[in-house]
Amino acid sequence: MIAELGLALLWMAAALACLSLVAGILFVRSGRGELAALVRPASVAQGVLTAASFALLIALFARSDMSVELVARNSHSLKPMLFKIAGAWGNHEGSMLLWLTILGLSGGLVALFEKRLREDTLIATLAAQAALSLGFFAFLLFSSNPFNRLPIAPPDGQGLNPLLQDPGLAFHPPTLYVGYVGLSVAFSFAVGALVTREIGPAFARAMRPWVLGSWIFLTLGITAGSYWAYYELGWGGWWFWDPVENVSLIPWLAGAALLHSVAVTATRNALRAWTVMLAVIGFSMSMVGTFIVRSGLLTSVHSFAVDPERGTFLLVLMAIYIGGALMLFALRAGTVAEGKTFALLSREGALVINNLLLTTILALVLLGTLYPIVAEAMGEKISVGPPYYNKVAGPLALILCLVMIAGPLLRWRRDDGRTLWSRLPLALFAGAAVLFGLILFGGSVGVLPLLGMTVAAIVAVASLAPLWKRNLRRTPLPVWGMVVAHFGVAVALAGMAAESAFIKERLVAAAPGETVRVADFSVAFEGVEPIAGPNYTAVRGTLVASTPAGDRFVLHPAARTFPGLMGGAPTETNEAALLTRPGGQLYAVLGQPVTGADGAQRYQLRLWWKPLVWWIWLGGALIAIGAAMAMLGRAQLLAIWRARRARKREERFA
Amino acid sequence: MKAKHQRLILALVALAGVTGAGVLGASALRDEAAYFRTPEEVAGGHAKVGEPMRLGGMVAAGSLKRLGDGVTIRFVATDGKASVPVQFTGIVPDLFAEKAGMVADGRMRADGVFVADRILAKHDERYMPPQMGDMPKDMKVAAGK
Repeated sequence: MIAELGLALLWMAAALACLSLVAGILFVRSGRGELAALVRPASVAQGVLTAASFALLIALFARSDMSVELVARNSHSLKPMLFKIAGAWGNHEGSMLLWLTILGLSGGLVALFEKRLREDTLIATLAAQAALSLGFFAFLLFSSNPFNRLPIAPPDGQGLNPLLQDPGLAFHPPTLYVGYVGLSVAFSFAVGALVTREIGPAFARAMRPWVLGSWIFLTLGITAGSYWAYYELGWGGWWFWDPVENVSLIPWLAGAALLHSVAVTATRNALRAWTVMLAVIGFSMSMVGTFIVRSGLLTSVHSFAVDPERGTFLLVLMAIYIGGALMLFALRAGTVAEGKTFALLSREGALVINNLLLTTILALVLLGTLYPIVAEAMGEKISVGPPYYNKVAGPLALILCLVMIAGPLLRWRRDDGRTLWSRLPLALFAGAAVLFGLILFGGSVGVLPLLGMTVAAIVAVASLAPLWKRNLRRTPLPVWGMVVAHFGVAVALAGMAAESAFIKERLVAAAPGETVRVADFSVAFEGVEPIAGPNYTAVRGTLVASTPAGDRFVLHPAARTFPGLMGGAPTETNEAALLTRPGGQLYAVLGQPVTGADGAQRYQLRLWWKPLVWWIWLGGALIAIGAAMAMLGRAQLLAIWRARRARKREERFA
Repeated sequence: MKAKHQRLILALVALAGVTGAGVLGASALRDEAAYFRTPEEVAGGHAKVGEPMRLGGMVAAGSLKRLGDGVTIRFVATDGKASVPVQFTGIVPDLFAEKAGMVADGRMRADGVFVADRILAKHDERYMPPQMGDMPKDMKVAAGK
C-alpha cells in the first residue's frame, strides 16, 4: 500500500511538472495572466508531493518492508535504525528520488518566496525548473522505479556495505545533493532570464541566495566526505581524486566562480555573460557528475552498479538540457553582451581573472576525469591519478590564491593600486618569513608544499586586510563573511601543505608489550581483545601514546568483521584510531595478526603523525561559515528584522 | 584605453590562457596517466619497468605469503591466462583475500615482480572493473594501502 501510494504521488508530481512547463511556455508566448496563476501553485504542489513520496520510501526502509525490491537489496532487519533510514538514499533509485525531491522543493520555494522578480522571468524560471524535473521524473519512473515490488518477499535483505554504516556518511549524500540540485535553481534562473531577455541585476539578486546556499552545502558535503574518507577508509589520505570526488569538486568550482560573478552582476551590472554561462555550467556539471557515477562508465570506489541502459537515458537527457541551454544562450547573445565597462585593475578585473582560473581548473579536472573513459573507448586502459592533478591543479590553485589577495582590496570600475600597495607588503612579508623559515629549518620539503605554506601565510594576512581602517562594528556582515571565507582558504591550504610536507609514518609488525616511536610519541602496544558490536565482531587493540611532556593517551584501533548476509562472504572493515592534538593528528591502524619468525603472535600496526591535518577541515568549515554570513547579511529576513528593531527603538524614545 | 582595445586584449589573454591550459593538461596527461594492464599483457611484455601502472587481476589461490617483517606480502595476480607475482608492503585491505579480485597501483621491477604502492577499495560489493568482465560474478574486490 505504502509503496503504491508513493509511486502514485510521483506520477502526480510528474503531471504537475508537465502542467507548470506547458502553462509557463504558453504564458510567456501569449501573456495570458490566468496561465501564470497556475504555475506557482503547481510548482509548490510538485515539491510537496515529491517530498511526501520520498518520506514514504524512508518509511518503507524504516519498517524493513522486504516486499519492496529496493529495501530487500539494500537493507537488513538487523541494521541500526539510523542506517536503515540512510539506506533509503544509499542506492541509485533512492538517491534519484532524493534528487527529484530537492529539485521539486527548491522550485516550490522559489515559487513561494520570490516576489521581487519580474513576473514573466519568474514564470519562465519555474517552467525551466519544471522541465528539468520532467526529464528526471521520466528517468525515475521508466527506468529506476524505487517502489518496485518483488513477487515473493525474501525473509531478510542483502544489507548495505558495512563501510557505509557510519553516521557521518548517513548525512553526506543529502548534504551534497542539496548542493548539486540547488544549482539547478541557478540554471533555471539563467534560462528564465535568457528567455525573457532580462539579464540584469534583478535576476542576479534573485539567484544569489540560491547560489550561496547550494555552494555552502557543497562545501560542507565535500569537507565532510573528505573527513569521512580520511578516518573510515584507513588510508590516512583525505582526497584521492577519485572520479566521484572530482564530480563533487567540479560543481563546487563552478559555484565558487558563480557566487563571485553573480554578486558583481547584482551590484554593478557587469560580468553578465559570465554569470549566465557559469549558472548553466554549474548544474550541467552536476548532471554530468550524476551520469558518470550511475552509468558505469567509470570504475571507481564509489560507482553504483553498472547499467548501460540508464547511462544512455541520462546521456540523452543531459544533451537535451545542456545543449538547449547553450543554444538559447547563443540565440540571445546580443542581449547579454553589453554590461558596464571597467578597467583591468579593478575588482571586476580581478574577478574576471578569478573566473578564468576557476574555469580552467574545472576544465582540467574534468579532462582528467573523462580521459580514462575516452581512452578506453579507443582501446587503451588508463588511470589518471594524483600525479596529474597535483601537476595541473596545484600551481593554478596557488595562482588563484594570489589573485584572491588582491581582489578585495581593489575598488570597483577603476583602481589606482594605492590600497593594494599600502596593505600588501605586510602580507608578503609574512609569506617571505614562512618561506625562509621553512628553507632554513624545515628540512627537505617538496616544492609544492613549500609554496603552499608560503601562499597560505600571505593569504591569511591579506584576507584580513580589507578590515583595516574600518569601523569594525559598522562593517556589513557580507564583508565579514568574505574575510572569514578567504581566511578559511588559507587555513585549509596550510593544513594540506603542512600534512604533505611533514607527515611521519611507521609500519611494523608489533608484539604486545613493544613500543613504537613516531614523531614525538612513544606508542606502547598493550595488546588486543575481542569485542562484539550490534552487528559485528571485532578485534580491538589498545595503544598508549606518551609525549615527552608526560601526557598519556589511549587509542583503540579495531578490525571489524561483519557476518555474510544471505549466504554472502563476511566483510571486514578497519576502524582507525585518531588522536587530535593542537599540532596535528596521530593516526593508528590495526592490521592482521601475523606469526613472527620467533613464533610470537604479532600484529600489523601502521602509525602516522600528520601535522596540522585537521586545519584542512577547519578551513572548509570556515569557508562555509563565511559564505553563510554573506548570505545572511543580504537576506531579506535579516533586513526586515533590523528595520523592525530600529522602529521599536524609535517608538521607545518617541 | 578604448573599450575595443580592451576587449581585444582580453580576447588575446583568454586565448593564451586556454592554449596554455590545454598544453598543460595534455602534457600532464601524457606524463602522468598510468596504464591499466592485465597479467596477460604484462606477460606479453607490454609493461615497461619502472613506469607507473595499474594491475588488475585475481589473487591466485594458495599464492598469498607473508614475509618475515610481518608487513610485506607476496601473492600472484592472475587473469586465467597469465600470472604476475606481486609484492606489497602495508596493511592488507578489508575484503582482500585469495580468489578475490584486486586492482593495484605500482611499478614493475626489473626482476618481473610488480611492486604495489596501493591496492584499491570499493564501496559496492558488486564492483567489477569492466576489464575483468568475464570473471565470475561472485568475486568481490578488496582494497589496501
